[in-house]
Amino acid sequence: MIEYQNIFTQVQVSAPDYAGVPVENTEDERTGILTHNYWAGKLGDAQIGPIYLGGLGVAALFTGTIAFVIMGMNMFASVNWDVIEFIRQLPWLALEPPGPQYGLSFPPLNDGGWWLIAGAFLTLSIMLWWWRTFALASNLGMGNQMAWAFAAAIWLYLVLGFIRPILMGSWSEAVPFGIFPHLDWTAAFSLRYGNLFYNPFHMWSIFFLYGSAVLFAMHGATILATSRYGADREIDQITDRGTGAERGALFWRWTMGFNASMESIHKWAWWFGVLTCVTGGIGILLTGTVVENWYLWGMKHGLVPSYPMIGEAVVDPLLTEGAQ
Amino acid sequence: MKTLTTKLFATVGLGTALLLGGCEMPQPESTQWGYRGTGMEGLYNPDRLQDIADNNIAPASLPAVPAVGPKAKDVYENVQVLGDLSLGEFTRLMAAITEWVSPEEGCNYCHVPGESLASDTLYTKKVARVMIQMTQNANENWDAHVGGAGVTCYTCHRGKNVPEYVWNINPGHQVASGMKNQMQNVASVAAGLSSLPVDPYTPFLLDDRNGRYAGDTALRDGGGVSLKEAEWGYSLMMHFSNALGVNCTYCHNSRAFASWDESSSARVRAWHGIQMVREMNNEYVDPTTQWLPPHRLGALGDAQKVNCETCHQGAYQPLLGANMIKDYPNLARLAKAEEPMDMPAADDAMSDDDGAMEGESMNDMGAGAGQ
Repeated sequence: MIEYQNIFTQVQVSAPDYAGVPVENTEDERTGILTHNYWAGKLGDAQIGPIYLGGLGVAALFTGTIAFVIMGMNMFASVNWDVIEFIRQLPWLALEPPGPQYGLSFPPLNDGGWWLIAGAFLTLSIMLWWWRTFALASNLGMGNQMAWAFAAAIWLYLVLGFIRPILMGSWSEAVPFGIFPHLDWTAAFSLRYGNLFYNPFHMWSIFFLYGSAVLFAMHGATILATSRYGADREIDQITDRGTGAERGALFWRWTMGFNASMESIHKWAWWFGVLTCVTGGIGILLTGTVVENWYLWGMKHGLVPSYPMIGEAVVDPLLTEGAQ
Repeated sequence: MKTLTTKLFATVGLGTALLLGGCEMPQPESTQWGYRGTGMEGLYNPDRLQDIADNNIAPASLPAVPAVGPKAKDVYENVQVLGDLSLGEFTRLMAAITEWVSPEEGCNYCHVPGESLASDTLYTKKVARVMIQMTQNANENWDAHVGGAGVTCYTCHRGKNVPEYVWNINPGHQVASGMKNQMQNVASVAAGLSSLPVDPYTPFLLDDRNGRYAGDTALRDGGGVSLKEAEWGYSLMMHFSNALGVNCTYCHNSRAFASWDESSSARVRAWHGIQMVREMNNEYVDPTTQWLPPHRLGALGDAQKVNCETCHQGAYQPLLGANMIKDYPNLARLAKAEEPMDMPAADDAMSDDDGAMEGESMNDMGAGAGQ
């Protein structure tokens, strides 16, 4: 019997070329290569393609490409069109949002204007892709859980780059487009607003983020461990006794007294993933708009433990000596 | 099969241990300087500690001489700063400065052979005069930063004509025409190779930009400093960390960087350091620009300036806290303004080229000081 019990799939899910089930309005638009690949079969299904792009997909890729090229060209120009520097410094380069002096106005192109345009196209692209996700699921007669989970991530993205900057009255509060620059921005954000670790919504977001990883590992392990009994392929596993799936359930019941069902584990995973972004977005949205310093906010509400200080008491020299 | 699995796990386990262990060898030494649980501690690589120790040895002091006998100003001419020293002290200090700053060039780095020692022909001599005043001022007025060890020329120079770690106003990397240079988002040497602003020195150590950017109220109260501003202060802090070879928690409790109550006293010392360096760059270094030859100027025509690394050079205290100033008390306090009747005041003298006066028996002294 073929088993799933390794890092790589032992089973080559491979069949003759198959264009998929007939679904209204989409068959003509399935395009691209249709091929089979052994290594793809090691990770998943061995068939690659065709892909359904549709009008939404084409529009999303088009606007996304515009955003990508604007960012790239700005980065390229920021090293004076020097190819070697562009490659060498690529992780450091960025398209920076406008400075605080511009507020919410449209700044000169070379001083944040391109950032706004790139952001607009990127947002349009992401929205179109979301719509495509929704439409594709509808076409296949699926539920829309995928689209709503994606919407949770879009919520966090919009809070960071659009909603919060508007509430703060300045585009300069938004994230730069760049690999290291957006990481430095993140650290500076926490320093500016008094340590995000004291932000309860940040706590929730981390809880769901780490929880997602744990749940993912638990679920994956459970299914792999019971696949020797065919648990991954049983269609009556939810209700029947004595199935491989029931062994998995019993494992968790006997381990911690409570277990998910074959259906509910996926709800747990979905909510953990979605709530990571939803709570994170709320936490960012409150930062600077409502709360100025999360550490001081935490002090005010008894969230911050007090440690004795070692050595002499330290006082702000501006208070004791005056500015020199 | 079972043996194979065991072997596989053993190999993977060992490999992982080696990979992770290789991250930092040998094991770092840790020093705790805050309450347990606050993470206020330093981690040091023993190998690098040895390098720091080797690179921060104070040179032996020259034998002390009595402060008696005729004063330098009575023997020599154009001694604007050190005139009140006895001839012996003056000669000793000249000899020490030569060892500290121009051990290879000797006296001739500042004095032209054959010319009077009083002559101000060379820019190096005029700069040296201002630097002596800067050193005296730091020792007398900046006890809050340099107290306990003091500074001498050697603190920064370490036997080099120009201290190894100095900075110029950064014109920024080249961007395409029409682009605005954001002065960040390239590998920033000043900020530990992050993408933070490349020149935190100019706003904070030359200009007096406020580095306090964290909100100081729990709830929003009219809005504070722009988030972008925080990146500049952050960049300066990276420089502090590099320059002193310490991490953030040397001064800060990382849970509340801005809070003074939670900080160590080293932070207060550092705060005074910012004010001190600002004064050094504006009052002492900048005015020398007029005399400097082009090769001593930065891309924007400015003099090479002081930052934390100029003195600290990777050590939490320059020369690991060695007190050299006790052996050179003449550098410990500002000299009184000399000969106001005959000589121009120090400030005027800087721009004055008439200081080339003849002195008596100068050449003998110069030869003695050059050893």
